[in-house]
Amino acid sequence: MTQEQSAKKGRKIQPRVAMPEQPARERSGNFDEVALGYRREDALAETARCIQCKNPKCRKGCPVEIDIKGFIGRLQQDDLSGAHEIIRQYNSLPAVCGRVCPQESQCEGACVLAAKGEPVAIGRLERYVADTFAASGACEQLTGTRECTLDRPLRVACVGGGPAGLSCAGHLAALGVKVTVFEALHEVGGVLVYGIPRFRLPKAVVRREVEAMRALGVEFVTNWVAGRTFQLRELMEQGFDAVFIGVGAGLPRFLNVPGENLLGVYSANEYLTRVNLGRAFSFPDHDTPPPHTGRVVVVGGGNVAMDAARTALRLGADEVTILYRRTEAEMPARAEETHHALEEGVKLRCLCSPIAFNGDADMKLTSVTAQLMELGAPDESGRCRPVCVEGASEEIPADTAVIAVGTRPNPILLEATPELELNKWGYIQADPETGETSMPNVFAGGDIVTGAATVISAMGAGRRAAKTIAERFLG
Amino acid sequence: MYKIVNKRSLIPGQTSMLVIEAPQVALKAEPGNFVMLRVHEQGERIPLTIADADPEAGTITLVFLVVGKTTAHLDSLEEGDSLQDVCGPLGRPTEIESRGTVVCVGGGTGVAAMHHIAKGHARAGNRVIAIVGARSESLLLFCDELAGFCPEVRIATDDGSRGHKGFVTQVLQRLIDEGEEIAEVVAVGPVPMMRAVAELTRPYGIKTTVSLNSIMVDGIGMCGACRCSVGGETRFACVDGPEFDGHEVDFDELWRRLGQFREQEAVSREHFHQCRCGESK
Repeated sequence: MTQEQSAKKGRKIQPRVAMPEQPARERSGNFDEVALGYRREDALAETARCIQCKNPKCRKGCPVEIDIKGFIGRLQQDDLSGAHEIIRQYNSLPAVCGRVCPQESQCEGACVLAAKGEPVAIGRLERYVADTFAASGACEQLTGTRECTLDRPLRVACVGGGPAGLSCAGHLAALGVKVTVFEALHEVGGVLVYGIPRFRLPKAVVRREVEAMRALGVEFVTNWVAGRTFQLRELMEQGFDAVFIGVGAGLPRFLNVPGENLLGVYSANEYLTRVNLGRAFSFPDHDTPPPHTGRVVVVGGGNVAMDAARTALRLGADEVTILYRRTEAEMPARAEETHHALEEGVKLRCLCSPIAFNGDADMKLTSVTAQLMELGAPDESGRCRPVCVEGASEEIPADTAVIAVGTRPNPILLEATPELELNKWGYIQADPETGETSMPNVFAGGDIVTGAATVISAMGAGRRAAKTIAERFLG
Repeated sequence: MYKIVNKRSLIPGQTSMLVIEAPQVALKAEPGNFVMLRVHEQGERIPLTIADADPEAGTITLVFLVVGKTTAHLDSLEEGDSLQDVCGPLGRPTEIESRGTVVCVGGGTGVAAMHHIAKGHARAGNRVIAIVGARSESLLLFCDELAGFCPEVRIATDDGSRGHKGFVTQVLQRLIDEGEEIAEVVAVGPVPMMRAVAELTRPYGIKTTVSLNSIMVDGIGMCGACRCSVGGETRFACVDGPEFDGHEVDFDELWRRLGQFREQEAVSREHFHQCRCGESK
């Protein structure tokens, strides 16, 4: 009987190796990383749990199709650099993905062990390998080999320096293609630097991956806004052979309820951008003013809501409550993030949804009126639809409210480029296989195509476009 | 880095003008556009309207009022110094078409932005009448520049040291009373001034455009800090504006939202001055 069969037949599966982390009480008062990462002995013990299935399902669960069995196999043979080489063939940001991917619904969700016990901690192992290799040469980090040359007769522009654009740039650069990344903000990384807090993804980790690409010859141009500072057609005129658009999701959505423009009501984007990109946590040494604290209410149930709530704690909020209109079971946030947030002291109030923000004579927020809800029949998404409990509402005192209910397409590039066909939701229409848009040799991927999604799915789109571009121009 | 090629103190300690090397921004800048800038690595991103652009020289002109820490720091820079980041041009350009007489009203530092818009209207063949206001003569900005392309530049000072003694709205009222056929009024300046102009033109049904100086963090539609109520709807000044129909804007909300970080701004200013004193010792 093979190991795989015995695992299926129910031989006892060892629990996964826990990841050391900062104690909840300590970490809710600092911005240092929560999860500390595996030590060598942790990684080796966890690696031993992988049964090296004949037909691994984990790989199909990964949007960039990392050869997971392959890299863990190398780790089992104590071949760390071999493992690194394999990961790098598929993923240009492994240290990021090992931290922020929703592994439980991707690779780990598909792991054979998940049926009988806990899946292999694939994300933690990926992070371990990437972090261990952080100090190696740029070329080696990016391609797994020591020799890289930019000698291909192809120039590609990546518009947007977030996960999608970086992934596309990384894959093309690894093939020797000259890539220029145009970023609208002053720092490269997109949501990795303005959105995800450093206690979940330290900025040094992002910088390291970006520097590795820079050392490889990828050019980064910051403060350039597509649709305003330059137009896509100008890139083609300037000799770029192909363009990849990965400009992210865009405008924050609000609830469209009374009082939403009161002082103290923020979009999650503003809240997080002030703290992450503007480093308002070190105000006044950094100039960006932090958002107000006091009693904080966060509206939404995704990872962004968790990030905002945990940030509020660290900024010194008196109390932080997440309002979510369904129940914890339907919350789109990663289970681990919700768990971490609750551990740190964030309160969760389910089945309620704001219908008004109330303020004082100075237009400052004082409370949120929340409509109480119950779960009805499932909707198109398969989740139970929240239904109002008639006449049942509650007033929740609040000094600050953060709205984390998603985004809608940013109009800047789309309005300036009428040639780009949009889908019925207003996002860019792109071929799901190749990423190509209605403009020839212009590709798109990530949130500007799918709407707000995950870092790794944006990276998958960047990689698919890079592959198509490489095949088309280099054969 | 973006080099300062020219600096002029227009009103010492209060208002300065910088000419900055930013070729790509200069190439694309149109009247009504703004930039987001950061003075240094630890700096805040702030929006400033583009007062002028010279695509051939590759420069843009910014005029700013010293109000908080960032503008105080900006004012301490000299020719040859550089800004960390200049991002733009941002915002929708002014809608300019040939329509007859356009009255451009500017108050305070807003005259700088108004000047660029007025220039655009003049280039499009409109007859531009400029009305410039300030507390007193020494605080008037851009009058000579405006005279270069406006057949009329009317001036109002609070103390009567030059032009009409009183407010720009009184000068505008006189124009209307004189029977001037006005196709559009553009008002750029402090919120109370823009509000007063909009209230004045409302009963006459004169199209009135105002430029909103909301608080912004990214300036590219991401944060929603600049949201304002226009015609009862929430709009983002950075991507939907910064110019809107003055008869539709909720000025009271704009005014309150502009003041929402006042306490932190005071802390920041204090911190800056302490650091400066430390340096000079």
